[in-house]
Amino acid sequence: MSEYNFAYLDEQTKRMIRRAILKALAIPGYQVPFASREMPMPYGWGTGGVQVSAACLMPEDTFKVIDQGADDTTNAVSIRKFFEKTAGVATTEETARASVIQTRHRIPETPLGEDQILVYQVPIPEPLRFLEPSEVETRKMHALEEYGLMHVKLYEDISRHGAIATAYAYPVKVAGRYVMDPSPIPKFDNPKLGDCPAIQLFGAGREQRIYALPPWTAVVSLDFEDHPFEASKAAADCALCGAGDSYLDEVIVDDEGGRMFVCSDTDYCRARRAAGHVGAQGAPEGVA
Amino acid sequence: MYVAVKGGEKAIEAAHGWLAEERRGDPGVAELSVAQIRGQMSLAVGRVMAEGSLYDSDLAALAIKQARGDLIEAIFLIRAYRTTLPRFGASLPVETGAMRCDRRISAVFKDAPGGQVLGPTFDYTHRLLDFALAAEGEAPEAARVAAAEKAMPHIMGYLDREGLMEREAEGVGVPPDMTREPMELPADRALRLQALARGDEGFLLGLAYSTQRGYARNHAFVAELRIGAVAVEMEIPELGFAIELGEVVLTECETVNQFTGSKTEPPQFTRGYGLVFGQTERKAIAMALVDRALRWRELGEEDQGAPAQDEEFVLMHCDNIQATGFLEHIKLPHYVDFQSELELVRRLRREAGDRREAAE
Amino acid sequence: MNALLQVQGIAKSYGDRVGCTDVSLDLWPGEVMGVVGESGSGKSTLLACLSGQMAPDRGAVIYDTRDRGPMDVLAMSEPERRMLMRTDWALVHQTPRDGLRMGVSAGGNVGERLMAVGARHYGDIRARAVDWLGRVEIGPDRVDDPPSAFSGGMQQRLQIARNLVTGPRLVFMDEPTGGLDVSVQARLLDLLRGLVREMGLSAVIVTHDLAVVRLLADRLMVMKDGRVVEAGLTDQVLDDPQHGYTQLLVSSVLQV
Repeated sequence: MSEYNFAYLDEQTKRMIRRAILKALAIPGYQVPFASREMPMPYGWGTGGVQVSAACLMPEDTFKVIDQGADDTTNAVSIRKFFEKTAGVATTEETARASVIQTRHRIPETPLGEDQILVYQVPIPEPLRFLEPSEVETRKMHALEEYGLMHVKLYEDISRHGAIATAYAYPVKVAGRYVMDPSPIPKFDNPKLGDCPAIQLFGAGREQRIYALPPWTAVVSLDFEDHPFEASKAAADCALCGAGDSYLDEVIVDDEGGRMFVCSDTDYCRARRAAGHVGAQGAPEGVA
Repeated sequence: MYVAVKGGEKAIEAAHGWLAEERRGDPGVAELSVAQIRGQMSLAVGRVMAEGSLYDSDLAALAIKQARGDLIEAIFLIRAYRTTLPRFGASLPVETGAMRCDRRISAVFKDAPGGQVLGPTFDYTHRLLDFALAAEGEAPEAARVAAAEKAMPHIMGYLDREGLMEREAEGVGVPPDMTREPMELPADRALRLQALARGDEGFLLGLAYSTQRGYARNHAFVAELRIGAVAVEMEIPELGFAIELGEVVLTECETVNQFTGSKTEPPQFTRGYGLVFGQTERKAIAMALVDRALRWRELGEEDQGAPAQDEEFVLMHCDNIQATGFLEHIKLPHYVDFQSELELVRRLRREAGDRREAAE
Repeated sequence: MNALLQVQGIAKSYGDRVGCTDVSLDLWPGEVMGVVGESGSGKSTLLACLSGQMAPDRGAVIYDTRDRGPMDVLAMSEPERRMLMRTDWALVHQTPRDGLRMGVSAGGNVGERLMAVGARHYGDIRARAVDWLGRVEIGPDRVDDPPSAFSGGMQQRLQIARNLVTGPRLVFMDEPTGGLDVSVQARLLDLLRGLVREMGLSAVIVTHDLAVVRLLADRLMVMKDGRVVEAGLTDQVLDDPQHGYTQLLVSSVLQV
């Protein structure tokens, strides 16, 4: 695909996106409008993340893509191949080796470092959207810091269900100012958002918004004093690597509905097995 | 023994191979050429150019071929290609009054200077399947009359001269380019028209139809519908004058709508406007009706809460590439989110069960 | 002592039609001001201008804020004005639908203002919501019901609870009893009178119903064609109307 520029987008467009990213980093949690381009993958499939990645990637970067925590899910494969073709950058499945990681719906289990950028794909960047459909109105609410309605939603959850019934895309308050949608990551991942040494960038292509968490930003999951936020996961250990601290996928394994739990972060699970950890149903690496 | 599902890469390659085979269809049947699509599916080509926002009939025909005739997929291909093109600048406004019309009709006057020209329209055909088209053979040549080179001034001009038309506000400078700048709401009319011009034909058709059935009814007549070629000119700063870059075929629709007037203004007619690439007359009429419905605030009309009056609703949902992408993305794996929901629902059910037991 | 609200020369036109013009008034702490007049008299325009919902063409609305003393509300920044409106001020709409979130439970409706000013303890918020529901005669068992399940009178009482929960000092009411049955009106008026006295509220009440002002208002302004034609103590104005229009208004009620 030599007829396309490095990382697909032309330099003018990348500069425009970089300006938006810098502004987003300067105002943590604020949604910066940007002129999202039409990408060769559909809206809703990571166009925002792809554009942010394209603007960040340098020829010497090592790129990793995950979807649902896994490197081998179809959309992750598709995006990784896109950048292999258009940017020719090195790719990896190892979190620790990647300099830019694009993700959909997860934060890697392996702690990120200062020299890494995590790029999130965001479908609906507006945390207030389902409380207030009008964009004109929600921008005003952010500007005036009118977030009472957000807590009304959480209040309603508790009065109806006895608990806050938001399991993913759990809203957070950034640096004491903006309420932000962390993208549809499970709330298990929310604690990893704050005080993170890596740069975290969020790209919403269809909705034309970029926002960011600079390194070491304070991020608080919204809650009530008497109903505090709780990061939750399945009460089990990974059947393959035995990890008790990682987010688990539930897999149905037979016709009777028998199920097992395995790490959603495939790289984390692989690395643990390589280091000799074995779960209840796992076999040491190299045997399977 | 469980082995994690692997092989996304292989599956994708295999799917692409199969897709290519299906696109070709029965190899015993001759392959469609791009030239055939461009020449014989010209209305599809027009729609793809219009909603793809790129005037290139060869690329549009190629996109239709590649998309197996799925026009939204073809529009998507064109849009993605368009992204990679540099923007040189803005042309001068095209002079639709000087259009070389293939078709030009007015519903508000029986006749007018320049005449009613039906052009290549389906309008008065009987919709009977023509089995002769299934048999191969050349179409008989249409009868020809030497066209008098006469001007076809805009019908609106006649109403305007009498002072019956509302005054259009002068546009301010170069209109915004929604493909280069994020959409800002509330949008001015130039931005609205731009969004409508590349909006989905079906969506605008439905909205326009809803205005006719009473959801923000605006009593539209087609003052004029014209289809034909206009010259595109661009001012070249180095030259200091405008040069003609080429021609584009456009469809323009101007509706005339009554406005009851107010205390300060006597009754007059207002205008809805549609302008679309290619021969795309359904879209152009629908665009004019929706444009007019969106002008309620500026004209001091009542907000009836109708979908066609809601600027944010219309503009945020009329783009079929945005819509189709977001709609279809729910096919992508969501099992991480679903897992967290699953656990939450299980827990809430367990707690509700405990509360019930405790109560009993 | 400062007046709580000083209104100076408020005027608002719609094109060449006058909404209201040259309206001035002082409202003292604990005082209830009634504004009466027929529809089109400008009383609703006046209320909209005073309560920050509409910008007047001319005039000043000076409010004696708790921490910074008298300030022109119209010159405040939007965040300041909004803060004032959800803490110190309350606005009771004629139609409960305009003043309530119909998809949110009664408790959530009352709790919203508390959460908007930073309350973050679910149990406390809920307890205060239940307490306020009780004060407007809505049972604690209804705390999780949506307003759509309530009668018109209950919805109006819920709207009042939602407004008063943050302990405002100034309440604007637009036809608070409009659209309600007579018996329901009487009960609501009784409730309002109790709350106004108990909380020492100041209020501006706009209505076409003289019975409402007779019961609630200390002072009265009569408006016609956008202007104040008569003002004074309520009893004085109603018992001894001076202006011809007021006489007409009063006599038309008495004849019924």
